[in-house]
Amino acid sequence: MAQMTDTAGPVMTTADGTPLKQALARATRRSKIRAFLLVAPLLLFILVTFIIPIFDMLSRSVSNPEVQEAIPETAALLADWDGQGLPSEDVFASMAKELSKKENRREIGRMAARLNFEDSGFRSLLNKTQRRIDRVKEGPYKDALIAIDKDWGETRVWKIIQLMSPPTTLSYYLNALDRTYDQDGNVVMQPDWKQIYVQLFLKTIYVSLGVTVACLILAYPISYLLATLPPSRGNLLLILVLLPFWTSLLVRTTSWIVLLQTNGVINDTLVWLGVISDENRITMIYNMTGTVIAMTHILMPFMVLPLYSVMKTISPSYLRAARSLGANPLVAFVRVYMPQTVPGVGAGSILVFILAIGYYITPALVGGQDGQLISNFIAYHMQKSLNWGLAAALGTILLAGVLAMYWLYDRIVGIDNMKLG
Amino acid sequence: MALPSYAGPIERVWYYAYRLICAAIFFFLIVPILVIIPLSFNAEPYFTFTPEMLSFKASGYSLRWYQDIVNNEQWLHSIKNSFIIGIAATLLATAFGTVAALGLSRADLPFKRLLMAVLISPMIVPLIISAAAMFFFYSAPFGSDFALTHTYAGVILAHAALGTPFVVITVTATLVGFDKNLIRASSSLGADSVTIFFKVIMPLILPGVISGALFAFVTSFDEVVVVLFMAGFEQRTIPRQMWAGIREQISPTILAVATLLICLSTVLLATIELLRRRNERLRGVTY
Amino acid sequence: MKHLLKSAGVAAVGVAALGFAGAASADTLTVVSWGGAYTKSQIEAYHKPWMAKTGDTINSEDYNGGLAEIRAQVEAGNVTWDLVDVELSDAVRGCDEGILEVLDAADLPKGDDGTAAADDFIQGAVNECAVATIVWSTVYAYDKTKFKEGPKTIADFFDTKKFPGKRGMRKVPKANLEFALMADGVPANQVYEVLATPKGVERAFKKLDTIKNETIWWEAGAQPPQLLADGEVVMTTAYNGRLFNAIANEKKPFEIVWDGQVWDLDLWVIPRGAPNKDRAWEFIKFSTDTQRLADQAKWISYGPVRRSSFPKVQPDMQPHMPTAPNNFKNPLQNDFEFWADYGDELNERFNAWLAS
Repeated sequence: MAQMTDTAGPVMTTADGTPLKQALARATRRSKIRAFLLVAPLLLFILVTFIIPIFDMLSRSVSNPEVQEAIPETAALLADWDGQGLPSEDVFASMAKELSKKENRREIGRMAARLNFEDSGFRSLLNKTQRRIDRVKEGPYKDALIAIDKDWGETRVWKIIQLMSPPTTLSYYLNALDRTYDQDGNVVMQPDWKQIYVQLFLKTIYVSLGVTVACLILAYPISYLLATLPPSRGNLLLILVLLPFWTSLLVRTTSWIVLLQTNGVINDTLVWLGVISDENRITMIYNMTGTVIAMTHILMPFMVLPLYSVMKTISPSYLRAARSLGANPLVAFVRVYMPQTVPGVGAGSILVFILAIGYYITPALVGGQDGQLISNFIAYHMQKSLNWGLAAALGTILLAGVLAMYWLYDRIVGIDNMKLG
Repeated sequence: MALPSYAGPIERVWYYAYRLICAAIFFFLIVPILVIIPLSFNAEPYFTFTPEMLSFKASGYSLRWYQDIVNNEQWLHSIKNSFIIGIAATLLATAFGTVAALGLSRADLPFKRLLMAVLISPMIVPLIISAAAMFFFYSAPFGSDFALTHTYAGVILAHAALGTPFVVITVTATLVGFDKNLIRASSSLGADSVTIFFKVIMPLILPGVISGALFAFVTSFDEVVVVLFMAGFEQRTIPRQMWAGIREQISPTILAVATLLICLSTVLLATIELLRRRNERLRGVTY
Repeated sequence: MKHLLKSAGVAAVGVAALGFAGAASADTLTVVSWGGAYTKSQIEAYHKPWMAKTGDTINSEDYNGGLAEIRAQVEAGNVTWDLVDVELSDAVRGCDEGILEVLDAADLPKGDDGTAAADDFIQGAVNECAVATIVWSTVYAYDKTKFKEGPKTIADFFDTKKFPGKRGMRKVPKANLEFALMADGVPANQVYEVLATPKGVERAFKKLDTIKNETIWWEAGAQPPQLLADGEVVMTTAYNGRLFNAIANEKKPFEIVWDGQVWDLDLWVIPRGAPNKDRAWEFIKFSTDTQRLADQAKWISYGPVRRSSFPKVQPDMQPHMPTAPNNFKNPLQNDFEFWADYGDELNERFNAWLAS
């Protein structure tokens, strides 16, 4: 670049003789680098402590190393099997050899756990075989294995091992969408009693939408009041919104338990007032009702604050102008005022929806059996069933949904315009 | 929005009805928080108002649940932990976040939108996913056997990551109205960049930094999902202790802790409000 | 601090391995259990005498069961737990997955009366990777103030006409499916045979359907006595030790129904690669001797797993043990092999059933 400007004839230079254009470019570049260097430490920090862990977890949703690690040779031999009848004696022999390796015990245990997610019975089949394999001294191994457990004579068993041999799999995603492989490797629906996640995703979306709408309906009137009151009184009332916002989530959840439970404050009050009898106390918690009430309360400030900040910028003179031009109050409000609040409605709604769709704590504590959302099942597979691949697949789907909303938020509001408090 | 003099009768009725609706909504917002406070002084182990309490007899009230906290090793330990973890995470988040915000507010930063999206992401990603991911990664970072789960360092790093977006957002917002000429002026007067940062920039953005720090602190102080996955018994925090209490045995001690937390959030809220007003005054914004 | 202690522990083991170890070397063991009244009983019966005897320090941690944490520690190669109290099905599963240390059962001490360990322990109590300490039981209890004539059998638990009111059950299929089948008329000794067939599973869920709308699901052991005390339920399944605690120590008006109890074992396991695994094994041998097991029954009503400990249990605790003759009339032992195999599938089905 420097040569190009040099050959172009007389150039403007700085005091030390560098061409001005070049000096400018260098200064801009330096300034860019300096700006970037300021951001770099945090970027690195977030990458290491947050982004890499997230990708690391997402990779678990397709990772399927268990069979490969436990029985590499058998897996390689099985890859060539045509899936008809039973595999050849070679496959049985290599399976027997690899199952008898004592140092492989941990890998085989993990393979057994993995295969058991696909088909119940693999755990005992493999463990039983492993325990008895030492008695098998020589071939034919086919008969020997079938003698240990007749399941080794089932085409289905070998098909599943073959299907689960590749180091990556989509089976967790299929599972997360209530689908599975049949024994020929076709994607089919899970049996009725196993179908749960699609419904659960839909339920999570409905609940989040419901909470968002409830928040909007409740937040709109008070935001309008806050924005139109004189500042001194408006600020005082704003505290009623901000105090819940700053109060611990667990405190708020606790108070809803105290209020809503069968022997709680609300039921007691209703009984005392004679509205209901002592025997017919209303069940308001440990079900969906409890989840929705508590979530609406907890997320409402996230709706009020964006609405309020948008409404504060709308001049009341528009409404007055509309009125003076003959519009009745309702028409004036709906046609003139409400359209101006759309950015606030959009920002608040997306924010509440994003937060609601990933909610875990409140449903776990007050949701009972039917108030559980997708996050609770991710936690369940993380901590209880140990099906980490499925947890990762469910998490990835949830994350994709949230990121789509995040992108939408960025388009509508702009991340830089996000405000707090 | 006082009632205009030309309002008709329907409008008049609506005006009062609307006020009533708003009052009901404010009631819904605030009552769950207020109801806990008197109940925490209940002399009986119930979660409802006893007849003695309702007739304001002294015998209906007591401080026994507060004594419970003081006498309970686990609660005291968790209170200490919450502050240790909260303060350390806040310091980290504030340091990283403030410096980054300075860079983010420069017009010539390349890939600004993308960078911002990445830096804000800890706030957007559902906590359960963050917690699960951190649990996996921190138990063997980069395949090493230097596990950070069940350590203070691990929880602090995780909480710092979750808190930085708040610092970035608040400080960037403060910098929007920042007059760059001040930097140029001080630099032409011979100040080096460190002096400029501490003597010129810092005092002006301090309200933003402090409110960002408070947000980061509250994020850590109130966080339970990451603690559930990553912390061991040693690192139990107040929310973790409350979580166990609510799941297992909801004793009125929880109400006493909750009341203390409400007091704390009131103090934090007041601080934030004062800072916000100071900031607006400094920049000449008036209502 | 913890790392410091850990490295000190590692150093101590190193010294022990070189043969310089005497009574003077003191270790720090991290022992993990279920918390509450149960952990307290272990501290009193095992930890305190062990610390007095050896000078070791024992860090007692709580957890909510399951293998997730052990597996994560082992897979990461950074094990901080030395000893964990687990349920039988988890002990078997963890052993099969290779995340637990294999123990040398021949090394267990004889009973006080000279019986060899292999004969002294009740069946199933000593396992390749685990040694049991207690027999515990899932039973149900009701609030005496709610019924004039209380329920007597497991079938009564499902009879909402005769005994109206909410029920409490643990939010897992384990034990609940067994209860359902027994209530539906399947004899205890055939329950798992029936449950291994698709028809049997269908039948069990159908029975559960009859009380589904009346049921509140609990997860932690301390919840059910609380639900009962708060009047949220009129009867609930629970661990017998927690109920005993509520009845004896908190004077609650509960009555336990032992018919159809599902009993199980709790066992010590050592995560593979535990920092002080040799010391932990010494601790296991100590805590499962005749006297220690009998001592534990002083603090909570869970039965010892050694036959030689039975006569040493305090007489006033005897009638509260799951294994007391009056309580042991129609018992069912939890079949760990069945649950190791069908657990994944039945859990999934149970969750789908709950959500529908």
